[in-house]
Amino acid sequence: MPPPIRRIAIDREPTVAPERPIANGLAQAPVTEAVARRRSERPDPATVRERMRVDAVWLAYGENWVVRDVTLPVRQGEVLAMIGASGSGKTTLLRSLNRLTEVTAGGSRAGRITLDGEEIHELEVNDLRRRVSMVFQQPNPFPMSIYDNVAYALAEQRPPRGRRRRRTPQLEAAAEDALRRAGLWDEVAGDLDRSALRLSGGQQQRLCIARALAVKPEVLLMDEPTSALDPLSTLKIEELMEHLAVDFTVVIVTHNLQQAARVSEYTAFMLGDERQVGGLVEFGPTDKIFTHPVDPRTEDYISGRMG
Amino acid sequence: MARRTGRREDQRAERTLGALAVGLLALIGVMVVIVFVNAWPSFRSNGLSWFGPGGNVDTQLRAMQESTPLPGHSIEYFRGWPLLWGTLLTTVLAVVLALIVSTLAAIFLTEFAPERVRRALEPVIRLLAGVPSVVYGLIGILALAPLINQHLISNARKQSVAYVVQLNGADLTTATLILAVMITPIMVALIAGALGSVPEPWREGSVALGVNRWRTIVRVSLRTARPAIVAATVLATARALGEAIMLSMVSGGRGFAANPLDGLTFLFEPVRPLAATIVQQSDGLTIAPLAHTIYAMAAVLLVSAALLSLAGWAAKQPLRRYGIRA
Amino acid sequence: MSETATVATAPPVAVRPPRQSTAAWPLADRVGYWLCWTTGIALCLIAVAIVVFMLVKGVAYLRPALFVEHPAASLQQSQSGGFLDPIEGTLIITAIGTLIAAPAGVALAVWISEYGRPTALARAVESAIDVIAGVPSVVLAIFGLLVFSEGFLGFLSQNAANGAVYGRSFFAAGIVMALLALPLIVGSTREALAQVPDRVREASYALGKSRASTIRWVLLPSIRPDIASGIALGMGRIIGDTAIITILLGVTLTTQGVGSTPLLGTLRGTGSTLTSYVYNNSPAGEGNAPQKAYAAAFVLLMLVLALNALVTRLTAGRRSDRASIGGRLRAIGGSLPWTR
Repeated sequence: MPPPIRRIAIDREPTVAPERPIANGLAQAPVTEAVARRRSERPDPATVRERMRVDAVWLAYGENWVVRDVTLPVRQGEVLAMIGASGSGKTTLLRSLNRLTEVTAGGSRAGRITLDGEEIHELEVNDLRRRVSMVFQQPNPFPMSIYDNVAYALAEQRPPRGRRRRRTPQLEAAAEDALRRAGLWDEVAGDLDRSALRLSGGQQQRLCIARALAVKPEVLLMDEPTSALDPLSTLKIEELMEHLAVDFTVVIVTHNLQQAARVSEYTAFMLGDERQVGGLVEFGPTDKIFTHPVDPRTEDYISGRMG
Repeated sequence: MARRTGRREDQRAERTLGALAVGLLALIGVMVVIVFVNAWPSFRSNGLSWFGPGGNVDTQLRAMQESTPLPGHSIEYFRGWPLLWGTLLTTVLAVVLALIVSTLAAIFLTEFAPERVRRALEPVIRLLAGVPSVVYGLIGILALAPLINQHLISNARKQSVAYVVQLNGADLTTATLILAVMITPIMVALIAGALGSVPEPWREGSVALGVNRWRTIVRVSLRTARPAIVAATVLATARALGEAIMLSMVSGGRGFAANPLDGLTFLFEPVRPLAATIVQQSDGLTIAPLAHTIYAMAAVLLVSAALLSLAGWAAKQPLRRYGIRA
Repeated sequence: MSETATVATAPPVAVRPPRQSTAAWPLADRVGYWLCWTTGIALCLIAVAIVVFMLVKGVAYLRPALFVEHPAASLQQSQSGGFLDPIEGTLIITAIGTLIAAPAGVALAVWISEYGRPTALARAVESAIDVIAGVPSVVLAIFGLLVFSEGFLGFLSQNAANGAVYGRSFFAAGIVMALLALPLIVGSTREALAQVPDRVREASYALGKSRASTIRWVLLPSIRPDIASGIALGMGRIIGDTAIITILLGVTLTTQGVGSTPLLGTLRGTGSTLTSYVYNNSPAGEGNAPQKAYAAAFVLLMLVLALNALVTRLTAGRRSDRASIGGRLRAIGGSLPWTR
């Protein structure tokens, strides 16, 4: 008897993308109802608030430029997908949004990146990172229990008076909320004290998402969150992303063009390699980029002729 | 053909090596048995009071050496509390001090120190870890003890206890300090090594959640390095317990139970731990009662070492379920 | 609408982000941060101070003559000779200890790692080696004294006046010293063997070689540097130990041979080593010649330095990232109890 299939608690049927080689073009990439509805109901771009803005940003590590003159808006309540081949600088650009590039020695930047209008270099860095949260490519749960992982950043924040406590009713409620949003609650509710490392790869990644959501960030950065996972887990997380976009702003870097076409409203295509510093080639609404790209390089990439 | 001779060759090799292994096992077994067998008479005569206080340890030992029992007691009379207390004090104080200093220094080395400082310090620490204990003893007795004697122990203090014991700088403080200095390099190296091996994704994940570096170190790095910290502590305690020569040089040489009720003077009273006593009394192994007493001390050391090993193993178990392996 | 990137102009001047300040941290965290800094700096200073102190004192009192003069008993430092005999003693003891421990250690490690049957026996032997590593050297020493005072081992030392076996000699001390070095050699060899991938062994077996041949011709040669470094570490431990010398070498100032056989006579006799020399010349011993003590301590330090450098060179190319605690311990010259 096969084990029972657990469903994520959503009220829509998930759509499974049919096998289709990229070369056929993505004009017919299927989208779920939710995304389609969201796209059709999209308000006038001019009225949507910009959450973050990348303004003529150049990034370098030491002496080498990695990203060249990128300007991008990150709009409230929308999913922005960054696509491009390896080495195009999209991951570096993503990491600069929460100043993670500073952790590596020699990272430097020119240009402006703002969050809600404020230059992020002037914000307190830990404060910034609580507002702009990140999920990594390889799931990296801490060697602690599931509860401790999810409540990790929350437990670090001190209440106005008194000491930090590990388990309070508020923290437990917040952890449950985050786990629900990440679609993991049903699977782990039984034993939150289990070691997080015993979860499967897909579950670990959802745990990391829950962990990032627990601090109620304003922007969620995702660096190829499903590239290390199996297709089923990938699917579950993509479904997750649709719901996330309702409350958060999401920026996702992905190699998977179908994924980008499915989940995002706006797409940015970046290009770069050893000979050429990474730069932004084209930016626009997803359906536009995937059906009528302006730049021939974009069209080449999307139809699989290169990259 | 090659197969068959090969197998015979293998059997021969396995048997020879196996015999060696059994021989070693037998040797250790014999050692443990001999120590306990020779220690038994002393324990039997004194019972549990062997571990208790009662008179001057040095007098008792000298009585055994001269084969003249103390009035009212048997020749085997021995109350080892001052030695046990001395061992406990020096070991625990030195290990606690070294643990705190080593952990802080290891964090400094792996997280905050500039690269050049780190690279310069590594060979220095390795050198210090290998310095023979007699050299540390020399520094202690020739440099540190006079310093303490001159600057920290006032004449008034010396007068106050002069009727019982002489304060001359070779005392609990010197012993503890030198012992701590002796065991710190190894602890620093071990803990720093473990801190440096904390997987980068964990540290990056914590920082990306907006947790500052210090809290990341405390909650992620130190937790991951806990098995190494435990191992380092156990190793350091074992070394401190067994340290005979250095302590016999700097700890005061008097089997005196330092009295914490003496206030600050307590820090400057001489002590003599078990291992140091064994070294100093080693000439007397031909005299039966003295030999039994010395073996009894050795038995105490052996049992402590075994308990230490057990404690170390037990301390590492709870973390295994969370995926932190030694 | 889609936008395309504007043509890039010359790259502007990039700005390093501001150094991460701890100003915004809570007080407790800042205290921790500064505690680490102060402890770290203090440790650096103390370490450097110790090394410099020993160097200064050593250089002040060390004269080449000391290396070639025999020590003599005298109340005056200028008359008490040099430390030729102690150096001899150190060399002899180290040689005996290493000669016994090295083959035995490698053999034991090979047995545990490659044969190891029955499993219970292998576990017991591993524990026994841990026990040796953890036992204080004084306990080993008095045990050794007991053993070597037995009649049938009298050939290893001399007979005292009343016919009892003296039990103290170079042989006795050297053999017990071998026990000190054993865990280090066993540990190094075992770790090195564990790092050799199984496919090397399988390839050899597939060619029809027996296990013994594989070990002898394939495995051991490939881990030579690790065995050498283990031996160097063991030598370091032997050189540095004083307790066993004090109890088992029958500390006489000069090397006193027994009987007339050239080598055997010396080994059956008593003497001193650098460590016991330092001990005796310090205020704790009888000599009270601190200058000589400093000079001898300096020589000891140089020996340790040389051995450390040797170990570093031997293990230079072989440090792996996932070094176990045991490996790290050995790398800094310690022993390895309770590393599991």
